[in-house]
Amino acid sequence: MEERPAIVELRNLFKSYRRGGQTLPVLRDITLDIREGDFMALMGPSGSGKSTLLNLIAGLDQADSGTIHVAGVDITTLSESELAEWRAVNVGFIFQFYNLIPVLTAFENVELPLILSDLTKKERREHVATALNLVKLEDRMEHYPGQLSGGQQQRVAIARAMATDPAILVADEPTGDLDRTSAEEVLSLMERLSLEAGKTIIMVTHDPRAARKARSMRYLEKGVLASAPEITFSQPA
Amino acid sequence: MPVLLRLLFRNLLRHKLRTGLTLCGICVAILSFGLLRTVISAWYAGVEASSANRLITRNCISLIFPLPLSYLERIRGVEGVKNVSYGNWFGGIYIEEKNFFANFAVEPRTYLELYSEYLLPEDQKQVFLRDRRACIVGRKLAKRFDWKVGDLITLRGTIFPGNWEFVLRGIYSGRDSRVDESQFFFHWDYLNESLKKRNSVMADQVGIYILSVTNPELAAETAAKVDRVFKNSYAETLTETEKAFQLGFVALTEAILLVIQLVSFVVIVIIMAVAANSMSMSVRERLGEYAVFKTLGFGGTYLATMILGESLLIAVLGGAGGVLLTFPAANAFLNYLGDYFPVFLVTKQTVFFQGLAALAVGMASAVLPTWRAARVPIIQALGRVG
Repeated sequence: MEERPAIVELRNLFKSYRRGGQTLPVLRDITLDIREGDFMALMGPSGSGKSTLLNLIAGLDQADSGTIHVAGVDITTLSESELAEWRAVNVGFIFQFYNLIPVLTAFENVELPLILSDLTKKERREHVATALNLVKLEDRMEHYPGQLSGGQQQRVAIARAMATDPAILVADEPTGDLDRTSAEEVLSLMERLSLEAGKTIIMVTHDPRAARKARSMRYLEKGVLASAPEITFSQPA
Repeated sequence: MPVLLRLLFRNLLRHKLRTGLTLCGICVAILSFGLLRTVISAWYAGVEASSANRLITRNCISLIFPLPLSYLERIRGVEGVKNVSYGNWFGGIYIEEKNFFANFAVEPRTYLELYSEYLLPEDQKQVFLRDRRACIVGRKLAKRFDWKVGDLITLRGTIFPGNWEFVLRGIYSGRDSRVDESQFFFHWDYLNESLKKRNSVMADQVGIYILSVTNPELAAETAAKVDRVFKNSYAETLTETEKAFQLGFVALTEAILLVIQLVSFVVIVIIMAVAANSMSMSVRERLGEYAVFKTLGFGGTYLATMILGESLLIAVLGGAGGVLLTFPAANAFLNYLGDYFPVFLVTKQTVFFQGLAALAVGMASAVLPTWRAARVPIIQALGRVG
C-alpha cells in the first residue's frame, strides 16, 4: 500500500514555560511526522505535554526551537497575525468543552469561521448546511448551545471545525465532557471524517476507548515521545 | 443583520440587570450633564441675547452710582450714536420677597425702539406710551401671577421707598426663545416725578444709558468717543457693549459657574469609571470566547470592534435616553426654578456635548478591556496548558 506524504512534520521541537522565575521544560526534542489522512491519538499522563504539542501544531503557541511544517508551511516563521490567517484556513478545532458561542445559534456558530473567508452569504449558508448535515444536526440549526445536549454541542463544534474544510483537525479531549453514548457518537463521527472525508485528525485523549477509534497512536511522557508508535490500529480499506 | 451586530445586541442582553443598571447610570449621568450645562447656558442667557449694536453707558466708578439725565443730549450728539434710551433698576417687591422679578423704570418710547425683540401689540403699546402709570410685563411673568391687562399692580420699593402703583397696559412676548419674558417695565418719568416731589437727590439721575450705534463694527470707537465727552467730569462714564456689560454680571458668579462646570465633568468621569468596570466584568467573563474567536482566526481588530461596539452601543443607548429626558427635566426645572432662570433652554450645543460625552464614555470604557482581550494568550484564556 502506498504511503501517504506527511502533512505535519515536527523537527527537534523544544518548548518550556516560565513559572515563578523557573523554566519548566514541557517538550524535549520532538520529531514526528503525521501522514495525510491519518487519525492519530496522542496519549500520555497529565502534564506530559500532549496539549502543548497540539497547541504548537495548531499554531496557538510558539515553540522555543525546532520547526513545524504543516501542509508545506513552516509555521514557526509566521507572525501572530499571519498565524491567525493561517489557522483560519488550515486548522479546525474541537475542544473538550465545545467552546461554542452561547449567544449564537448552531447555524451561526458554524458560520463563524466562514465570515473570514471570501464566500458570499449564499455560499456560506450552503457550507453551513452541508456541515450540519454531516453531523446530522440540520434540524437543530436554530437552536442555541444551551438548548442542545453535550453530545449535540460537540457535534456542532465538529461542524464548525469542518466548515472551512481545513487541512487538519485538532481535537483536545473531545469526549472528556461527554457521557459514554455521546462520546461514542462523537468518536464515530470523527472516524467517519477520517475514513470518508480523508481528514487528518490529531486527537489528544486520556481515554483508551477513544484512542482505539484512531488509526495510530503516539505516547508522550515527560515531554518526550515514545521511541516508536506503541499501537498502530487498522488501516482504512 | 451581520453576525457582528447580532453578537453586539445579544451580548448586551446576556446580563440584563447589569446592562440595565449601566444604561440607567449613563442615562442619569448624561441627563445631569445636560441639565448642568443648561444651567450654565441659562446664566449666560443675557449675554447671548445681547445685541451687537447696543452699548451701555454707566458711571465708571460703579453701577450703583447714577449719571445725570443731562448727559442724554450730549450722548445723543456723539458721532456714531443712533438712538439713546435710559433706565433705572427699580428693585421693587411684589407682595413678598420670594416673588422676585426684574423691574425697571425706562424711557418707554426709545427703550421699545432699541429692544425690538420685545413684541408688544400696537394697541397695547400706544396705551402704554400714553399712560404714565402704565407698565408692561413679559408673558411668563403675567402667567406666573395670573395678571391681565388692566390689572392694578403694587410694588413695594426698596431703593425707592413707598408703595408704587401701576396699571398693566401690555404683555410682551419675545421674538425668539432666548428673550427674557419675565421682566417688568414702567415709565421712568413716573419714578422721577415722584422723586422730585419728595425732593430726593435721586431725581433726574439715571442708572444706565442704552445706546444703539449706526455701525456695530465701530462700536468700540463709538464707546470711546462717548467716554471722552465726559472725561474729567464729576461723573465720568464707562461705555461698553451690551455683551460686555452682561458678562460683568456673570463674572460676579464666576466661581459658582466654575464649580457647576467642574461637577458636570466629574459626573462624566464617574460614569466612565462605572461603564469601564461593567465592560471589564463582561470581557473578563468572555475571555474564553474571545480566545475562541482568536483561535478561529479573528484578529485583534475584530475583537476591538466587538468590545468597542458593545461599549459604544451601551453608551449611545444610555446617552440617547439621557438626551431625551433632558427636555422634560429642563421643563420641570423651569417650573420650579423659573424665577431664577427666566430663560432655561436646552440648546443644540448642549445636546451636541451630551452626545460627545456619551461617545467619550463608550470609547474610554472600552480601552482597557479591549487591550486585555487583545493581549491575553489564546492558550491561557482557553486554559489549555499541560
